[in-house]
Amino acid sequence: MVTVDQSDTASWFEQAVLGVLPNLVAAARRLTRNATDAEDLVAEAVAKAWLGLPSLKDRNRFRGWIFRILTNEFLAQRRAPRLESDVLPDEMSEFSIFEQLHQPFLLWWSNPEKEFLDKLLREDLVRAIDRVPETFRVAVILADVHGLSYQEIADAVGVPIGTVRSRLARGRSLLQKALWQHARDAGVRTQPKDRDVT
Amino acid sequence: MTHSDAMNCEEALRLLAEFLDGELHGAEHAHVQHHLETCRSCYSRSEFERRLKAQLGQMGREDVRPSFEQHIRQLITQFTASPAKPSSDA
Repeated sequence: MVTVDQSDTASWFEQAVLGVLPNLVAAARRLTRNATDAEDLVAEAVAKAWLGLPSLKDRNRFRGWIFRILTNEFLAQRRAPRLESDVLPDEMSEFSIFEQLHQPFLLWWSNPEKEFLDKLLREDLVRAIDRVPETFRVAVILADVHGLSYQEIADAVGVPIGTVRSRLARGRSLLQKALWQHARDAGVRTQPKDRDVT
Repeated sequence: MTHSDAMNCEEALRLLAEFLDGELHGAEHAHVQHHLETCRSCYSRSEFERRLKAQLGQMGREDVRPSFEQHIRQLITQFTASPAKPSSDA
């Protein structure tokens, strides 16, 4: 028999889940890079969230909490087949699109870097994110796509905040490199320095 | 802000990501903010990174297939009917 309290909890849970479902699906799509796997991951996260609901002490923190469950579940599924290092020897130097494009004597609104951003499509960003290795992709997705704090990401991934900082820095550098490369291939890139990415 | 508090470009750029992520507070936040208000080059860099981050932020939601939403609703209905319910004081 379902009591009133249980019924209220279930009703609240359903509304809370449906409220963030488009966000969870978006996160899962970028994490798994596959629509079917993404839906499986979201369903698994929702099931785990229900079972773990007693551990959620503050319902106002539901969003960060269920993102943590989703990320944990994704990492648990991926951990067995492979482990990625935080260090990619050939990617140690920071890559910045801004530094490739910036012309110091032009004002911001007439600069090639602004033009570059104006031409970017969602699809360009999706392709670039998908090319970032998993360890770094997770940090970038949680921080930049979903706006989680460093502490929330640290809790979600199970690493110290310092590791979140370094993964974000490397992830963003790799993302910009992938964007730059994709833009060049797609003819999006504007000018002025015609450098190849090595 | 006194002259001795002034931040140079190298320091400002080192802290820029944390500044844009809302992870800087107090004096560090104020110093970066002041530097960006007075340095055209770092301001341009900041605007570029802020806009790129904003564009990424627009990818935070995706359309949910109606059949998948229905699947999730059914899943939750099954939970509520199962004996393995979480305690209601969660």
